Amino acid sequence: MPDIKLEVNGKPVGGAVPANMLLVDYLRQTLGLTGTHVGCDTSQCGACVVHVDGQAVKSCTMLAVQADGAKVTTIEGLSTGSDLHPVQAAFKEAHGLQCGFCTPGMVMAAVDLLATNPNPTEAEIRSGLKGNICRCTGYHNIVKAIRIAADRMGQKAAAE
Amino acid sequence: MTDTPAPTGIGTALPRREDFRFLKGVGRYTDDINQPNQTWCVIVRSPVAHATINSIDTAAAAASPGVVAVLTGADFEGVGGLPCGWLVTGRDNKPMVEPKHPILATGKVRHVGDPIAAVIAETLEQAKDAAEKVNADLTELPVVVDMRQALKGGAAVHDEAADNLCFDWELGDKAAADAAFAGAAHVTKLDLINNRLVPNAMEPRAAIGVYDMATGEHTLYTTSQNPHVIRLLMGAFVLGIPEHKLRVVAPDVGGGFGSKIYHYAEEALVTWAAKKIGRPVKWTAERSESFMSDAHGRDHVTHAEMAFDKDGKAIGLRVDTLANMGAYLSTFAPCIPTWLHGTLLAGQYTTPAIYCNVKAVFTNTVPVDAYRGAGRPEATFLLERLMSKAAAEMGVDQAELRRKNFIQPSQFPYQTPVAVVYDTGDYEASLDAALKLADYAGFPARRAAAEKAGKLRGIGVASYIEACGIAPSSLVGALGARAGLYEAATVRVNPTGSVAVMTGSHSHGQGHDTSFAQVVADKLGIPIDQVEIVHGDTAKVPFGMGTYGSRSLAVGGTAIVNALNKIIDKGRKIAAHLLEAAEADVEFSNGAYTVKGTDRSKAFGEIALTAYVPHKYPIESIEPGLEETAFYDPKNFTFPAGSYVCEVEIDPATGQTGIVGFVAADDFGNLVNPLIVEGQVHGGIAQGIGQALLEKAVYDETGQLKTGSYMDYCMPRADDVPSFQVTTTCTPCTHNPLGVKGCGEAGAIGAPPAVINAICDALAPYDVTHMDMPATPEKVWRAINAGARKAAE
Amino acid sequence: MYSFDYQRPTSIAEAAALFDKSEEAAFLAGGMTLLPTLKQRLARPSALVDLSRVRDLKGISQHSGAIGIGAMTTHHDVASSGVVKAAIPALARLAGNIGDPHVRYRGTIGGSLANNDPAADYPAAALALGAVIITNKREIRADDYFTGLFSTALEAGEVITGVGLPVAEKAGYAKFEQRASRYALVGVFVARTSGGVRVAVTGAGAEGVFRCSPIEQALTASFSPDAAKAVKVSADGLMGDIHGSAEYRAALIPVMAGRAVAAALG
Repeated sequence: MPDIKLEVNGKPVGGAVPANMLLVDYLRQTLGLTGTHVGCDTSQCGACVVHVDGQAVKSCTMLAVQADGAKVTTIEGLSTGSDLHPVQAAFKEAHGLQCGFCTPGMVMAAVDLLATNPNPTEAEIRSGLKGNICRCTGYHNIVKAIRIAADRMGQKAAAE
Repeated sequence: MTDTPAPTGIGTALPRREDFRFLKGVGRYTDDINQPNQTWCVIVRSPVAHATINSIDTAAAAASPGVVAVLTGADFEGVGGLPCGWLVTGRDNKPMVEPKHPILATGKVRHVGDPIAAVIAETLEQAKDAAEKVNADLTELPVVVDMRQALKGGAAVHDEAADNLCFDWELGDKAAADAAFAGAAHVTKLDLINNRLVPNAMEPRAAIGVYDMATGEHTLYTTSQNPHVIRLLMGAFVLGIPEHKLRVVAPDVGGGFGSKIYHYAEEALVTWAAKKIGRPVKWTAERSESFMSDAHGRDHVTHAEMAFDKDGKAIGLRVDTLANMGAYLSTFAPCIPTWLHGTLLAGQYTTPAIYCNVKAVFTNTVPVDAYRGAGRPEATFLLERLMSKAAAEMGVDQAELRRKNFIQPSQFPYQTPVAVVYDTGDYEASLDAALKLADYAGFPARRAAAEKAGKLRGIGVASYIEACGIAPSSLVGALGARAGLYEAATVRVNPTGSVAVMTGSHSHGQGHDTSFAQVVADKLGIPIDQVEIVHGDTAKVPFGMGTYGSRSLAVGGTAIVNALNKIIDKGRKIAAHLLEAAEADVEFSNGAYTVKGTDRSKAFGEIALTAYVPHKYPIESIEPGLEETAFYDPKNFTFPAGSYVCEVEIDPATGQTGIVGFVAADDFGNLVNPLIVEGQVHGGIAQGIGQALLEKAVYDETGQLKTGSYMDYCMPRADDVPSFQVTTTCTPCTHNPLGVKGCGEAGAIGAPPAVINAICDALAPYDVTHMDMPATPEKVWRAINAGARKAAE
Repeated sequence: MYSFDYQRPTSIAEAAALFDKSEEAAFLAGGMTLLPTLKQRLARPSALVDLSRVRDLKGISQHSGAIGIGAMTTHHDVASSGVVKAAIPALARLAGNIGDPHVRYRGTIGGSLANNDPAADYPAAALALGAVIITNKREIRADDYFTGLFSTALEAGEVITGVGLPVAEKAGYAKFEQRASRYALVGVFVARTSGGVRVAVTGAGAEGVFRCSPIEQALTASFSPDAAKAVKVSADGLMGDIHGSAEYRAALIPVMAGRAVAAALG
């Protein structure tokens, strides 16, 4: 079994993993980080989205060995303690989640979206969420939440 | 000065309390749970739609590395089959045909995905490896997929039903309806299908069975909307485990939409197997497995016709429907196309004569059961399509035709010709609200502008009604339900005044942790952070019937209110004693008991403490402690209603439909949390748009599901839907103390006809009078081309 | 997923050697198709040779009259490349519209071309632009490269190292998505090149990506949206499925071609 070393949510982790282990299984089963979910088996629903070296990727479509040497951030690492990242806070404020299952992937996708496009239009937000399926919200409040987060983060950036 | 706490009471749009754990990734869904010494289960499923099982060779699988057990139908010979919870009685008092539904197939497989064997191994990969080595020798049999073929001499899915007819049911007065048609000035006819949908909650189903040899107790962790119902069905009818030895836990559940109501084979299997092998057994569906094992929804083929008099008043309605049951009867399948469909055919209208016939049909497909709306979307779709089609035929405005036929506020309570009694409503109010928000009057100008840009624009109206909050047990019992449909709640006031509420309702996205807590905090006058809502565990919650049919607040919420009233009454007795006043003179408000007309008062927390430290206490007349349970059985259904307006723009070159405006005006009665209500409406609309434009489960003639993954089954994504405009009107429900009606399904009920009506309106110049769902770009493109060809001829 | 050996070479030579050493090896590029295939146990390679750490496979370079894109360059990197945006903006837009953002961070141009999915976007661009597929063994003209559904001129063990894409005078791409998978139901890439107008269609051909000569002729006469839209394309040789019949796909080709031309004319 290949040995891997990586950083997950700022902590060094690693060890021998089966070559055919997906990153999402490494996170959920080996590290017990069950915030990252699996909602499909054809790499489309986006419930498993995490950041690898700062980019939002589907952890169900990447082997754990491919993350060797990478810095991985999962939903558990997005904010600490009782704090919420501005995107998390906006999702709460705008009721951008219901059952919560797609939420971690959706939030990680949204954080990436705002990192690449800090001031997106509604159409850009909707297009940026193509890789994340939500069955509960009808997306209305997710889009709203991301717009709220963009405004907050923009104000904060302007103030700094 | 102290800060006034932010309001949290009934009517406040409070952000949800449960969001924190979901947003932080610390929710706890079934698949997040692992047990010490756990094994993994993989189900071997039938690759064909209909076959005789000659033999199942499990030797190679059993010898595969890591395998603990391989189970087949033969292992479950002494075990009951999956029960059906509703007995529908058809014409001539003929009960439905109710074939056995084994946990693992015996004798025959009847749909692709029918479970044949279960492999239990040390790891998931080992179980998958071994599953490939299970060798089932199958002889394929002729397959029926199409309902009409199934009834006309197609292969029998079950020997008990040679003609594949499960039941032939009717409702209403046929003679009266026929008479109305005989005297009609105008008749509108429509043949339509209500497309089969796959519910697709984002969390796939999962189940973990645990057996404790020391206590003899079984525990099942499962993705369920109603853990007590699973305990009842599985314990009493399948495995023969008494309730006190069976605990069912439905922790965080990632959406249900009906598909997680039912008792599924995998639940019984892991529960049984855990005892058999003496280790916990875990099964989690992969999405492709969900497509072929979760109960599907809808799937009706209908002929409907509506008769009008010369003034445009609807005088009669006749509906003939074939309803697909799939290969077996899922838990509540028979009641969906009957008592949740036929009873809604009056809609918001005064149509005096209605007759409905429903034939339920077995086919070699996945079982069909309730999916968001369940029967009511099917009723609403046919009725609202008829209304708009009739308006177009008679040359009158679709909104005005509806208005003319509305039941008027003065007519409530209103006895419909299809069994139910509407308690209250104001249909014009919601129609007017919707038309205003949609700028209905400005539509012709928008259509003209679109035309200039080469686009076809259309507008569609739909006015729906649904029966929610199911239901009075005596009524549903008379209609064939094999369970009561009340709800239970226990309110436990702790000595320090904090409150735990154990509810039989189950939240899998509906936000009960917030809205129920708002009710409790409001009624007791205590801070909301003093209130804990407990659900989803039969070991913690005394009893419950669960969450479906938009019933949680109307039924479960009322049970909570009733338990709270008992708490308040008991507290009053204690307070009267402490205040040395007559009980009748003690009032409770804002969290304090006060002697009328005085400033003598005791805070609720003080009463709670006294109840648990009964030193100065009327111990002869009242027990210590402060905990009350209420079971609430509703007096009637609730009847949410509303009007939706959809505006579409079609690209004639590609047939692509874009939704450019969507308005919902709903009457849900009183609202506890408007933020949550809006969210429920949004989600329902998106599913309704999905049904109208994108989604359809497609079987080929061999019974293979061609839409078995998200590559082919089109789930609505963010760029498939617009932002919605939603508003509410309010006539409070008259028979529950909160005055609430339920909001979970409205969007999925009202949206499909609104969308299709808009498309038909846009395509009216091409002589299009109906389009079946989903209105895919190719279908629309073909309709445009056919219309253009016809015009050219 | 079945078990396999995992290899992570750092050079092309090492990658090729590892591939040859294993009985049924597969190259792993971005993995956006291969990994879902493996997850569903639809393939059983004995070894995966991961190209992600091979030197010199990533990056975008400007040449006279052409750009070069390393095989392991992601769709995201192509979409956001200043070089691509300036030289062949249609290609940058195409890349920025493949799949979804998460796919674009992992998926690569080399992987897409090697896989030759009949509904993928890149094959249309490569064929219309007259690209050259560069491998560890040779250079293959796009016209000779795409040989059928999921099939290419690549030999076993041959690795794409990069793609050379001539800069067109005008180029545009328009796609009509299959709404479930978001692959192209019909995608048309139109390029006016020094060697004439080239039009490539993806998503529609029963044998994968193909050049559409009737539209090429029409656009040679008049490079305008209307000229493209006026062409009647035959449904013969087109694919039909539950998402669109061959006839419908045939009708969409000129429509998408017209939109691609409109985009090309900006």
